[in-house]
Amino acid sequence: MLDAIKTYLNSTVTPGEAGSQFWALLYIVAITLGISLAVIAMNWLERKILAHMQIRLGPMRVGPHGLMQPFADALKLLIKEDIIPANADKLVFWSAPVVVTMTAFTTFLVVPFGRTHAVTDMNIGVLFMLGISSLGVLGIIMAGWSSNSHYPLMGSLRSSAQMVSYEVAMGLAIVCAVLMTSLQTGTGTLSMIGIVQAQQAQGVWFIFKFFPLGFLAFVVFAIAMIAETNRAPFDLPEAESELVAGFHTEYSGFRWSLFFLAEYAAMLAVSSIAVTLWLGGWLRPFPNLLSGPAWDLAFSLIPGLSFLVMAAGCFLGTMRMPKIVQMRAQAIGLGTFGALLGLLGLVMLAPAVRDRIQDIFWFVAKVAVFMYLYIWYRGTFPRYRFDQLMKVGWKVLLPIGLGVLILTALVGMRHELLAVVVGGTR
Amino acid sequence: MSQGTDHLDLDNLDVGTKEKTFLDSTELVLNMGPQHPSTHGVLRVILKLDGEKVLGTECVIGYLHRGVEKIGENRTYAMFNPYVDRMDYVAAVSNGLGYCETVEKLLSVEAPARAQYIRVIMTELCRIASHQVWLGTHALDIGALTPLFYAFRDREEILKIFERYCGARLTTHAFRIGGCIYETYDGFEQDVKKYCTFFLPKLDEYEELLTTNRIWVTRTKNVGILKPEDCIALGVTGPVLRASGVKWDLRKAQPYECYKDLDFEIPTGLNGDTYDRYLVRIAEMRQSVRILQQAVERIPPGPIMAKVPKVIKPPVGEVYHSIEAPKGELGYFIVSDGSTQPYRVRVRPPSFVNLQALDTMVRGMLVADVVAVIGTLDIVLGEVDR
Repeated sequence: MLDAIKTYLNSTVTPGEAGSQFWALLYIVAITLGISLAVIAMNWLERKILAHMQIRLGPMRVGPHGLMQPFADALKLLIKEDIIPANADKLVFWSAPVVVTMTAFTTFLVVPFGRTHAVTDMNIGVLFMLGISSLGVLGIIMAGWSSNSHYPLMGSLRSSAQMVSYEVAMGLAIVCAVLMTSLQTGTGTLSMIGIVQAQQAQGVWFIFKFFPLGFLAFVVFAIAMIAETNRAPFDLPEAESELVAGFHTEYSGFRWSLFFLAEYAAMLAVSSIAVTLWLGGWLRPFPNLLSGPAWDLAFSLIPGLSFLVMAAGCFLGTMRMPKIVQMRAQAIGLGTFGALLGLLGLVMLAPAVRDRIQDIFWFVAKVAVFMYLYIWYRGTFPRYRFDQLMKVGWKVLLPIGLGVLILTALVGMRHELLAVVVGGTR
Repeated sequence: MSQGTDHLDLDNLDVGTKEKTFLDSTELVLNMGPQHPSTHGVLRVILKLDGEKVLGTECVIGYLHRGVEKIGENRTYAMFNPYVDRMDYVAAVSNGLGYCETVEKLLSVEAPARAQYIRVIMTELCRIASHQVWLGTHALDIGALTPLFYAFRDREEILKIFERYCGARLTTHAFRIGGCIYETYDGFEQDVKKYCTFFLPKLDEYEELLTTNRIWVTRTKNVGILKPEDCIALGVTGPVLRASGVKWDLRKAQPYECYKDLDFEIPTGLNGDTYDRYLVRIAEMRQSVRILQQAVERIPPGPIMAKVPKVIKPPVGEVYHSIEAPKGELGYFIVSDGSTQPYRVRVRPPSFVNLQALDTMVRGMLVADVVAVIGTLDIVLGEVDR
C-alpha cells in the first residue's frame, strides 16, 4: 500500500498512462465528488454574486450568509414527489436526465488539472471532450420530446439547432489552437496535456500567440461555449419569459436537479477546454516575466495564502455579525467554516503539499474566472432571439473562425511560404 | 378579442394566408397563459405557430374580472373612488385623478389651484413609477434581469413619498371629488425636489444598461411595428401611439388641471417599433421630472378642496372625461340619474384598447417577439379585465 502511494507520488504521468487502475478509479471518484461540490458552490456563488449585482443580498437565512442554502435546496429536491406526466414516454423521460448528466461528467476524464492530475491522457483528448459534450444535446432532445408538451418540445428544438450551429464555430476555434501546437515543434497534438505542454515549450499562452489571432480564436470559442451550455445571453432553450422553463418544464424533484447538475458541469467542462487551449491550463501566470526560483516560491505560496485570506474574510464576517443570541449559531458556523478554510490554507503552505497542489490551484482559479464571467453575463445581457442567435453563429462567428484559422496557418507557415515565393522567383 | 373560451374555434382561427413549406407540418397551437411568467398577470394568448413563427393570436381575457363598472352602480360617488385605484394598480393615482375629474365635470366644480398642483405632482410621480415597473418587467421579458431591480429600487422612493402623503403606497386613494383631502406634509416639496435630482442619474443608469446594448437594440428594433394609421384605427393611445410618430397627448391636446401652465414636451418616435416605444417612455420620464421641478416651485397657497356638498348628487346627465394616464387615454363615462349613485359607469382603460394591437404587431414575428410586444404594450390585467 505504502509502495503504491509512493509510486503514485513520484509518478510523472497520469494514472491512466501509468496503467494504475486503482489510482484512476480514485481520481474518477475524486473528480465526480469535486464537480458535485463545485456545482453546489457555484449555485451559492451565482445567487450571491447575481444578487449583489442587482442590489439584493441573496440567500441569507440558511446558514451564515446562506452558505447552507444549496444543501437545503438539494434536500428539498430529493424528497420532492417524483412526477412523470401521464402522457410522457416513460422510458425516454426517465433516461434523458441520466444521459445529460453522464455526458457532462464523462468529459472530465481527460481534463488535466495538472501534469499528473488527470484520469488519463488521451491522444485525442480534445476530440473526446467535444464528442462527449455534444452527446448532451441528445439528452435534451429526449427530454423535450418525451415530455409530450409544447414548451419542452420547442425548448429542445431550439437547443438542438443552437448547439449544432455553435459547435461549428467552436470547432474552428479549437482547430486554431491545435494548429498552434504544431507550428514550432512540427508535431501537433490533440492531447489536452500535450496542448498545455506545447504552450509551456513555446513560452506563450495561445491567447497571446500571433496577437490578435490567438485572442480572436479565444473570443470565438468563449462566445460559442456560452451558447453551447445554454447560458445567458444564449439561454433560449430555457428562456424563462418565453418557454417557462424550456426542455425541463415537466421535470421536477431529483430529475430536475440532475439537469441542473449537468448544466453546471457542462459549464465547468467547456471552461476547462478554454483554459487548457488558450490560458495555459495548469501553468502559473507570468512564467517568463517573473521567472526564477524566488518567483516560483512566491507563486507556489499563493494557493495557501488565498485560502488564508478567505479564512480571514470569514472571521471578519463573524465579528461583524450582530451580537445577539439569535445569531450565535450563525456566527459559530461562519467561524468554523473560516477555521476549516484556514486549516486547509496552512496545509497547502507545507512544501510537500504545495508543490503538488499548485497545478490544480491555477487550473481551478482560471476556470473560476470563466464561472464568474458566466454570472456576470447573466446579470448584464438581455436574451437573443432565435433567428438572431443563428445569425450570430453562422454569419459572424463562423466567418471569423474561418478567417482566423486561415490567417493562423499562413502566419505560422510564413518562413516556408517565403522560401517558396523566394525560391519561385529565382 | 373574445371574452371567453366558448367563442374560440381553434380549427378555424383566422391565420391569414400561409406559405406551404415542403414539410407542410400542421401548425402548433400554443396556449400561453393564463399562468405564464411574462403575460403580466393572467392574460391568456393562444398562439398559432409554424415552428417559431406566429401565424395568428387570440387573446382570452377576463381572468381578473371583478366587475368594477357594475360595482360603481351600487356605490355612491364618493364610495366608488377607492375602487378605481384597483384597476391599474401600478398607476393608482392616475385612475383616481381621472374619476375625480369626471365627477367634478358632472358637478361643474373645479379643484382649487393648490389642489391642482398637488394632483399634478402626484400624478407625474405616479407616471414615473408606472414607467419604472414597465421598464423592469419589459427588460425582464427580453431577458435582462438587472434593470428590474434597479427600477424597483428607485420606485421605492416614490412610494415613500406616497406613503408620507396619504398613508398608502400602492392603492393610494389620494384625491377626493373636488380636490385633495390631505394637505402636503412638511418637507413634501423637498422630498419631490430631492427625488428629481436623485432620479435623473438613475435614469442614465438604466439607459447605460439598455439603450446602446447591442442585444437590446437587435431584440427591439423593427419588432412589433405599428404604423400611425393602424394606431388610430385601433384606438391605440399613450406612449404606444406617440412612438409611431403621432403627437397626441391629452395633457397638451385637452389640458386638464394645471398642465397648461407647465412647460414640457411630448416625445415622439419615428418607426413605431419596440425600441422607439422604449425611447419614448424613457424621454417621458425625463419630461415628468421637468414637470415635477416646475410644479413643485409653483405650488400656490390656498384651499385644497372646492365647495362640494357632503352628499354628492349630480344633476341628471352624462359626461365623458379622459386624462393622459401613464399607459394612454384613461376615460370615464358616467351617466347620472340625479341620485346619489351613478346610473352607469363605463371606463375606457388604455391597456384594454392597446391590447387589441397585439395581433397586428406580432403576426409573422417569432414567439420571442410576442413576449417583447406584450411587454412594450405595457398592459395591466387589472385594468384590461376590470
